Amino acid sequence: MRAFAKPALFFACTLPLAWLLARAFGVAGLGLGANPIDELQDRLGDWSLRLLFATLCVTPLSVVLRKPWLVGLRRMLGLFTFTYLCLHFLTWLVLDQWFDVRAIAADIAKRPYITLGFIGFVLLVPLAITSTAGWMRRLGRRWHTLHRLVYPAAILGCTHFWWQVKADWREPAVYAALLAVLLGWRLARARRRAAAAAVAATARP
Amino acid sequence: MKHRTPGNPPPSAITPRQAYFDRRLFMGGLAAAGASLLAPPISAKAGLTYLKNARLSLGEPPNSYEDITTYNNFYEFGTDKGDPARLAGKFRARPWSVAVAGEAELTGTFTLEDILKPHPLEERIYRLRCVEAWSMVIPWVGFPLGDLLKRFRPTSRAKYVAFKTVLRPDELPGQRFPVLDWPYVEGLRMDEAMHPLTLLTVGLYGEVLPNQNGAPLRLVVPWKYGFKSIKSIVEIRFTERQPPTSWNRSAPQEYGFFANVNPDVDHPRWSQARERRIGTGLFAARVPTLPFNGYAEQVAGLYRGMDLRKNF
Repeated sequence: MRAFAKPALFFACTLPLAWLLARAFGVAGLGLGANPIDELQDRLGDWSLRLLFATLCVTPLSVVLRKPWLVGLRRMLGLFTFTYLCLHFLTWLVLDQWFDVRAIAADIAKRPYITLGFIGFVLLVPLAITSTAGWMRRLGRRWHTLHRLVYPAAILGCTHFWWQVKADWREPAVYAALLAVLLGWRLARARRRAAAAAVAATARP
Repeated sequence: MKHRTPGNPPPSAITPRQAYFDRRLFMGGLAAAGASLLAPPISAKAGLTYLKNARLSLGEPPNSYEDITTYNNFYEFGTDKGDPARLAGKFRARPWSVAVAGEAELTGTFTLEDILKPHPLEERIYRLRCVEAWSMVIPWVGFPLGDLLKRFRPTSRAKYVAFKTVLRPDELPGQRFPVLDWPYVEGLRMDEAMHPLTLLTVGLYGEVLPNQNGAPLRLVVPWKYGFKSIKSIVEIRFTERQPPTSWNRSAPQEYGFFANVNPDVDHPRWSQARERRIGTGLFAARVPTLPFNGYAEQVAGLYRGMDLRKNF
């Protein structure tokens, strides 16, 4: 099971992209519908957020299920998140805005949902870069501190989604609720650890 | 006592589908015969007979029937733009009747046939600009709303016209969740409603309007954002005061009563300066949005002296 988990997950992570490409190239009569650019952008955004959530699920799952080896899948999920996010960003930059630098700058500065989405993307760049074993070694303990940037990035991603819906907030609300659970679990664990550390400190003579 | 609601007339009042279409053909034929001396070619396709109004049509090629009928907002079916096409099958657009009320001499409930009978249909190719910054070019079939409104002889107190969409959560699954405060309501100032560009629409591409596009009777106000063009109308009310409108009620800082297409007034969350033309594929840049969606010459005068930033 452990040996198959990684390749199976890798394969699974490529499926949404393969499906989108098949639709984009009209394979077997598939298509992206009347508004292909928005469709591509929205679906890539969906999968970026979903994969980000999958990444955030790894640690709690490994603890709750007592399967520490699951953590070995986290980097791959994180890098797939970043890949989908890059494609989401590039679709916007190239297909949506056609490199119109003024329009892009105006959108990032003036549209709060784009501002937040853009900041979230920027926050994940150093995480992707420092995802290698070499960088983990070089950064040591600071690596963990740095990679906590994923939490604000996830909050920004959810808000980015919520702030662009017109009236139907149900789907972003589901994401927000899930994120609350994932971050809440971490907060509770941090508190437990802090309490345990305090007890240990006072117990020492 | 059993009440007669617009959605449920007694069986005796229901016109058989074929008879309905036959009558439409016949009436359309009469109108066409009258106009044939001066008229451009007449088109008859799947039930609708109409004249092509080239003068009030764009020169641009229209979007495909597929694009128009599979990608649109009709929140009564669902908030995804594919939902209307996917879920419209259950909706019964016929028989249909419309309640006319308020500041007019003639009020009451009228069958769809009563509403349509005297009006020759015409095709007009309009651009529809959605508030979400995309647009389509659509060959609608209908007649000027003003021609219908005059028949009810609105009084001098009628300053606005309010419209209401049908409320049927059984057939319109989107109405089972209060995304908006159902039923959908819209309104126009009297001069906007009487403007010759304002089209009461019953057809698309020469055919009877499909359910997902607002059958059997919808408004098309081409110089305003698409949400003003209310669909599946069951009530027309003449009012003295500005009537409430659904999107304005939902988010007043984002959607005004007038909602005229205006590239200079952005939606608070996105730019309205450019729009994506549907049907141009993956590699087409956005095109500039025109004031009043390109109909400024005909309608800008309606708003002379008004601050369009305030009255957005």
